[in-house]
Amino acid sequence: GPLSERCLMDVRLGELPAWLATCNFSPWGLLGGVQKAWSSYYDKYINVKRGGPAGISMLLAGYCLLSYGWNYQHISKISFLVSV
Amino acid sequence: VLHTTRPLHTTQQCLAPLPPLPEKGGEVRYGLIPEEFFQFLYPKTGVTGPYMLGTGLLLYLLSKEIYVINHETVAAACILSVIIYGVKKYGSDVAAFADKLNEEKVAKALAVKNEAINSLETAIEQEKKEQWRVEGRSYLFDAKRNNIAMLLETNYRERLLTVYNEVKKRLDYQVALQNLKRQKEQDHMIQWVEKNVIQSITPQQQKDSIGKCILDLRALSKSAQAAV
Repeated sequence: GPLSERCLMDVRLGELPAWLATCNFSPWGLLGGVQKAWSSYYDKYINVKRGGPAGISMLLAGYCLLSYGWNYQHISKISFLVSV
Repeated sequence: VLHTTRPLHTTQQCLAPLPPLPEKGGEVRYGLIPEEFFQFLYPKTGVTGPYMLGTGLLLYLLSKEIYVINHETVAAACILSVIIYGVKKYGSDVAAFADKLNEEKVAKALAVKNEAINSLETAIEQEKKEQWRVEGRSYLFDAKRNNIAMLLETNYRERLLTVYNEVKKRLDYQVALQNLKRQKEQDHMIQWVEKNVIQSITPQQQKDSIGKCILDLRALSKSAQAAV
């Protein structure tokens, strides 16, 4: 289909800049993109009849990685490593 | 597991009834990595590709100290082992309990729907009955028309009787009036005649008539004495 309506997984590598150009980068556009991603994640893993641990565990793992990334500067300091 | 905001009616065509929820979620291997990742790497690297990638990435992070091993690593390992043990042991029970809750919700909704359908069906039957009753309307109206005709007839006859009575009263009055007039005329004439006759009897005539009567009486008494 047309470039702007394909989701990111269907876009080929060479078309990536063109796809980025069609994106809506205003605050509302970004918010809409975030909303769409969140709802698509929900529909795939959480809003099902028989879910499993996969739904929340992926969110928790993502949260762990994100918090590790935010605190990396603090964790890698020598003073922190010695104090523990 | 968590039923929170699901975008409803986002498309122009609102599909009603809503499509049912999918049975199972997306496939996830080891609870963390979606199956799409493995499928994505399969054409180029085969089955072991993602595992090689994972091992290499892990060793790289450890050796370059991008992932620092400290007390938190030990804590994370203990917590993860406890969580995995708990999920493996009690996962099915929790899933059955959640399924039971869902079943109850669905059963309640179904009951409401069935009740609504039943009530609507009874309403339809009653409506049909009312429609059947409408056919008897003509009989009802005939009876009403007969009643009204009878009332009109009765009223007409009553008024006829009133008219008759009134006319009779007036005629009787006229008759009584004429009778009274004739009676009065008769009485008056009799009185007048008597008065005139009495006036015409002069005293001389009276004396003569009384003498005559006495003579007649004497004659009669004589004949009576002779008879006895």
